[in-house]
Amino acid sequence: MSNELLFGLYIFVLAGFLGHHVISKVPPLLHTPLMAGTNAISGISLVGSLLAAGGGYGRTSTILGFIAVTCATINTVGGFLITDRMLRMFKKKKRPGDRKP
Amino acid sequence: MSEAFTPFSYLIASVCFILALQALSSPKHARQGNLIGAFGMLVAVVGTLLLAEIITFEWIAIGLILGSLIGGAMAIWIPMTKMPERIALSHSFGGLAAALVGVSEYLHRLHGPGLDSFTMGALGFEVFFGFLTFSGSLMAFGKLQGLITGAPVTYKGQNVSNIALFFGALVLLVVLVISPGQTVLFFLMGAIGLMLGVLFVLPIGGADMPVVVSLLNSYAGLAASATGFALNNYVLIIAGALDGTSGFLLSLKMSQAMNRSFTNVLFGAFGGKVDTTAPGAVGPGGANYNISSVEDAVDLLGAAQSLIIVPGYGMAVSQAQHTVRELAQVVEANGGAVKYAIHPVAGRMPGHMNVLLAEADVPYDQLFDIDQINDEFARTDAVLVVGANDVVNPAAKTTPGSPIYGMPVFNVDEARAVIVLKRSMNPGFAGLENDLFVRPNTMMVLGDAKKTLREMITTLKGGEGHG
Repeated sequence: MSNELLFGLYIFVLAGFLGHHVISKVPPLLHTPLMAGTNAISGISLVGSLLAAGGGYGRTSTILGFIAVTCATINTVGGFLITDRMLRMFKKKKRPGDRKP
Repeated sequence: MSEAFTPFSYLIASVCFILALQALSSPKHARQGNLIGAFGMLVAVVGTLLLAEIITFEWIAIGLILGSLIGGAMAIWIPMTKMPERIALSHSFGGLAAALVGVSEYLHRLHGPGLDSFTMGALGFEVFFGFLTFSGSLMAFGKLQGLITGAPVTYKGQNVSNIALFFGALVLLVVLVISPGQTVLFFLMGAIGLMLGVLFVLPIGGADMPVVVSLLNSYAGLAASATGFALNNYVLIIAGALDGTSGFLLSLKMSQAMNRSFTNVLFGAFGGKVDTTAPGAVGPGGANYNISSVEDAVDLLGAAQSLIIVPGYGMAVSQAQHTVRELAQVVEANGGAVKYAIHPVAGRMPGHMNVLLAEADVPYDQLFDIDQINDEFARTDAVLVVGANDVVNPAAKTTPGSPIYGMPVFNVDEARAVIVLKRSMNPGFAGLENDLFVRPNTMMVLGDAKKTLREMITTLKGGEGHG
């Protein structure tokens, strides 16, 4: 078995544990932004798409890569923007007086 | 120089992603965290573009621009009520991207550098899960959007054939690992992934969408991780693992909130058949409902010193979140205290109600989870149920034969008085009758929630005498 695989598995398992730890602290209040945010983050597959689209692997690969780049960019750009749009809306109660009835 | 920067940029990105998720533990710093995540993404993309392997840029540039335009436009203009649809759609994009990268990498390696069995395994996994996520999320989108019936679609032998297909794909993967050159088998496996995605979402009903959407989130993450294994790229493995755990944890939480096991949600086809002979079920059109007018409800609201609002999917459908907040403010102006009770599975995705109420400027310290607020109903003058059904159904506590028996529900029936806003007397998504609606202290006000709320506000503001 290659060291690469073993190393990859190490990282996968440890990241999973870290993810569990970090994500169990996210309150239900923010579960939708969490989904949108992780969605943006998993758009990191964009990195793989870039290689497929620009690696000069031949026409099929370039076309597939191009579609993948587009899809992954929609997710990253859209994901981060929409998460920000949502998070901007969460506000604490203002002091009485500065809210119009 | 740039060769050394790329792996380093991935490390920076990984750290940024973890920080972004960590910041989501409180709404105070979450926005900054999201910015950090976006920064990490930018660093990783720039780091990749510097790689010597990338020789042509025109398709990349077009893809980046096109994707940014579409993604940006969707993010800016999509209404908050459509958030579950947008999330489902983005899972399908994520799945498709992973699958296509997998196909491209497979073809490239087959005709070029060669394919060892480990890489083949990772690629197979990536393509299978990528396509499954793609078609499954499109199905979920179709169901949410109402393009496909939201009711569960079932047929004989459904689970058996799905499981058979899944194992068939697994067998193909094993064959491919032994002999990667079998292109036909590779594409057959991808096709099974596509088919399974459709078949797997088909039997799942609208009310179970929060679990499914979360699970597809997890699959999209796993597909991204598999891409990382295939390309030997650690930031992909890490980001995919984070996404995978997040989706998995959310779907577990959602299942728990319905007191159902994971397998039951996936294979149970909940709400398919209604057992009207089950104890406690009222026959269709049971005539005991206490149908009330807006005026009766307003009398109650005007006098209430404490009010708990329970929103459900009906609030999203009628886009009533702003009107709900307006009504709450009128009650507050009359001296009543208002709280919101949010059930984990209210709506069509985790946190759906919270986002809608936040959009309507409801401060988040007025939103309460079921554990925080369930004891308060007994001490509350009035409860206003806006388009929620199963999460306030007392059958979950009292009727062992009911399909939702054991699911944690709000103790709405313990409040002094309850007003239920509902479109019609049709049963909710789960297809169950609701005992709450026939209780003597429950007022049913039928009609579009937004319109009814608007009338209530006008009447409340006009009739100061009630306060």
